Amino acid sequence: MTKTGFVIANLFRKKTRTSLTLLSVIMAFLLFGLLQSVNHIFDAGPNFLGATRLMTQARVSFTSPLPISMVPKLEAVPGVTRVAWSQWFGGIWQENQQLFAFAVDPKRHHDVYPEWVMPEDQWQAFAGTRTAMIAGKLVADKYGWKVGQKIPISSNIFPQKNGSKAWAFDLVGIFDGRDEDWKKRALNVYINYDYFNEENQFGKDRTNFFILKLADSKQAQQIAQQVDAMFENSPDETKTQTEKDFNLSFVKQIGDIGLIVRWILFAVFFTLLLVVGNTMAQSVRERIPELAVLKTLGFSDASVLGFVLAEAAAMCAIGGLIGLGIATLFGALIEKGSGGQFQLNVGGYVWAIGLATIVFMSIAVGLLPALRARRLKIVDALAGR
Amino acid sequence: MLTQTTAITSINLKSIPERWGPSLVIVIGLAGVVAVFTALLAMAVGFESTLKATGREDVAVIMRGGSDAELNSGLPRDQGTLIKQEPGIRKDDDGQPLASAEMIFIAELAKKGERTGANVTVRGIEPKGFKLRPQLKIVDGRTFETGKRELIVGQGVARQFDGARVGQNLRFRGSEWTVVGVFASGDANDSELWCDVEVAQTTFNRQGYSSLRAALDGPGGLQTLKDALSADPRFAVDVTTEQEYYSAQTKQFRQQIGFLAGVVTLIMALGAIFAALNSMYAAVAARSREIATLRAIGFGGFPVVLSVMIESLVLALMGGALGAVIAYLLFNNFSVSTLGQNFTQVVFAFKVTPALVVRGLVIAVVIGMIGGFLPALRAARMPVTTALREL
Amino acid sequence: MSESMVQIRNVTKVYERGKQKIEVLHGLTFDIPKGDFVALMGPSGSGKTTLLNLIGGLDQPSSGEISVGGNRIDRLKSGELAKWRANNVGFVFQFYNLMPVLTAEGNVELPLLLTKLSAAQRRKNVAVALNVVGLSDRAKHKPKELSGGQEQRVAIARALVSDPQILVCDEPTGDLDRKTADEILGLLQVLNREHGKTIVMVTHDPKAAEFARRTLHLEKGTLVEQAA
Repeated sequence: MTKTGFVIANLFRKKTRTSLTLLSVIMAFLLFGLLQSVNHIFDAGPNFLGATRLMTQARVSFTSPLPISMVPKLEAVPGVTRVAWSQWFGGIWQENQQLFAFAVDPKRHHDVYPEWVMPEDQWQAFAGTRTAMIAGKLVADKYGWKVGQKIPISSNIFPQKNGSKAWAFDLVGIFDGRDEDWKKRALNVYINYDYFNEENQFGKDRTNFFILKLADSKQAQQIAQQVDAMFENSPDETKTQTEKDFNLSFVKQIGDIGLIVRWILFAVFFTLLLVVGNTMAQSVRERIPELAVLKTLGFSDASVLGFVLAEAAAMCAIGGLIGLGIATLFGALIEKGSGGQFQLNVGGYVWAIGLATIVFMSIAVGLLPALRARRLKIVDALAGR
Repeated sequence: MLTQTTAITSINLKSIPERWGPSLVIVIGLAGVVAVFTALLAMAVGFESTLKATGREDVAVIMRGGSDAELNSGLPRDQGTLIKQEPGIRKDDDGQPLASAEMIFIAELAKKGERTGANVTVRGIEPKGFKLRPQLKIVDGRTFETGKRELIVGQGVARQFDGARVGQNLRFRGSEWTVVGVFASGDANDSELWCDVEVAQTTFNRQGYSSLRAALDGPGGLQTLKDALSADPRFAVDVTTEQEYYSAQTKQFRQQIGFLAGVVTLIMALGAIFAALNSMYAAVAARSREIATLRAIGFGGFPVVLSVMIESLVLALMGGALGAVIAYLLFNNFSVSTLGQNFTQVVFAFKVTPALVVRGLVIAVVIGMIGGFLPALRAARMPVTTALREL
Repeated sequence: MSESMVQIRNVTKVYERGKQKIEVLHGLTFDIPKGDFVALMGPSGSGKTTLLNLIGGLDQPSSGEISVGGNRIDRLKSGELAKWRANNVGFVFQFYNLMPVLTAEGNVELPLLLTKLSAAQRRKNVAVALNVVGLSDRAKHKPKELSGGQEQRVAIARALVSDPQILVCDEPTGDLDRKTADEILGLLQVLNREHGKTIVMVTHDPKAAEFARRTLHLEKGTLVEQAA
């Protein structure tokens, strides 16, 4: 036996009580893990989006298209090595499955996004075939698409010139991400912009976004300002920002999710504090005589305080680690189950905060009982006073 | 048995103050669960009712065929005039069709206290558009003059965004507009900025319309209009009532919030159940001698079970009620905004309805019952002699 | 006899209960030589348990001097007293006061956690202690699986395991039947006669006192007679 063994043995003194308290702790940290990772999605993105790319959209809203004729002006900006564009197509697969499809210029898109990995001949096919489309591995696998198939897609936004909502494209390639982060985002579908531009009934020669590839990421801010200055006071005012900022601003509009999550977690942990605190207080109260005996044996007041704190910490740590573990598992399952759409990555950041919370909770629930244990007078405790 | 149960229960309940620690755990635990549950759903209810209130059954929304939102819809200029002539549309007092061809634009405004902007809807309307929304009143300033670059803003916009007060100038897409009034409509319209559609069209160089709103002529008006429009090969449009249009928009948000509320509440409820079980087991253990004495005297096992469950239920209901009150006090009418159908902000307020409160209390009762059941069984099954011996 | 193990010089103990001050021990002075086995007797309220607590270093006198094994324990601060207790005293209580969550072995090992001994050494010492009290075959049992007498033996083993000079016992047989009590007292005798432990035992049972070498009588906080 060791001091640790003694602490653990005391923890499981009343098995039902400890198990139930532990389960409450596990539930709290499970919720914590899931919610914090949701929260983190909204500030994540920074680590895989290259600051070597800028997104230019209409100042007012990305739903407002910009004219393709802007491209030469954008290409002329010093520091910009390549300009690509992307027009939202949307598209529905089979009745009601929403696709993330964009009309792009194949060559330019390939140049600007080296993170998409696909055999060269498939890239050639994409550029060379008018009706071609390429799909990300995740979405292709989800719907069982194979290279060579003709994929029928309907669009609610862009009917063809003949009025028909039904489009069809030749799947000439399936692309994947270069690394873990990009693999998770292989959800998009790309169609040939020229074909789209000719065949669709509305809006000619326009696009939602321009993507600017930069020679030097350090110049990003300055080039962005330059581009926007170029088009200020024109009918097509622009807003240029890094991809990371673009993601952030879009999602921020969903609302102050962070606030909601914080409120929920506050309520949860406040309650948990009460539950575990009560258990610890009860447990110490019952053990006053035993704690007194420890002191008679020669354990110092400080060491008795240490025992109680260690017990509280063990409770919070075991429950917390299991809870976070389950959250990680659930997160991975949800990611898999939704085909990568919901990225609930309970990653390092969440664990770090989780661990800090475990420490904080341990002190919060253990401190008062521990102080009581430290203070108790041997003689009074043994006499039952 | 009733007297037995009442007797034991009253002893139990009276002794709760002695065991205020574990009892408080149940109360606070359940307050937390119910408060979170109620708050989350109050968001969904608030959003839904704001949008629902916006739509009228006797007004039709006509958009380009296949678009599910005004943003995606585009009607050519001439169609605007032609559609108004179709049967099924009520005539105004002046003999003209009571309809308004409207165009929406997206503008960017800064939310109060934030640097990054959020998108809002600017709606160009025709003068008859006001008649189609009789609930709308100007509460500050005046309405815009036709032919001028003037805006009136909904009170939701005035509340949540910077620079939207009477007399201020707003600048978008290279043009300057003056805010001349604030309107209140009590629904999603409060999230919009309105102006003269002709001025908007010339300013932004757009010819067509996003949609046409028309008052329907009697109960059969919708069908008449639908039939006429589908029969005419010139038009490829969809017709719905305003009600249906706005209702459909809330579906996604409702589903998302419903899912979130469900998951969060489930996990919290499980945690609360464990905490309640813990407390009730402790309660039973603390009073095992009393219970055993009662049993020895002759009280039956079932009244004991019942009394423990009643105690658990009482505590749970107290917690549930507390949670509902907290949710109401903190969140009712709390104004927030979120992304609506046109990728623009919709301002709405949390709504803690009586129905929600009842649902929350039901959850509290269920948790209370589960939390009390097993300990109650243990109390009833405890051998009398063991309990009496326990020091 | 041999040198003093315990020297009590003019020791007084005053308790404060609310506003009242109660003097429980009045200027006691006496010696306990090394290797002695003393029974402390007296009626309820005589202060015998209070005196025992002072000798065992569980409490401090209000005035006077106490030396145990050559250390002036009345001068030690609480932290130092704890250390002193760990190395010098072994306690045996009326209600055994074993840790219910530990086995007999675990309970006996507890005091050794305060030392720098390795796990292997600790286990060896525990085995020896359990052997002395005759409970080696019950080492892995938890207190609830032991009889009262066996529990007390474990408690005695625990008191012995750090090899203290003095054993302090508070009504060690108060909760046991006659036969078991005699066994325990016999064990204490062995520890005194064969292992040279000085033992101070509080008891109200005259039959238990017969096992000791001498008896001190306390009444209302003063020694009344010293019978050999």
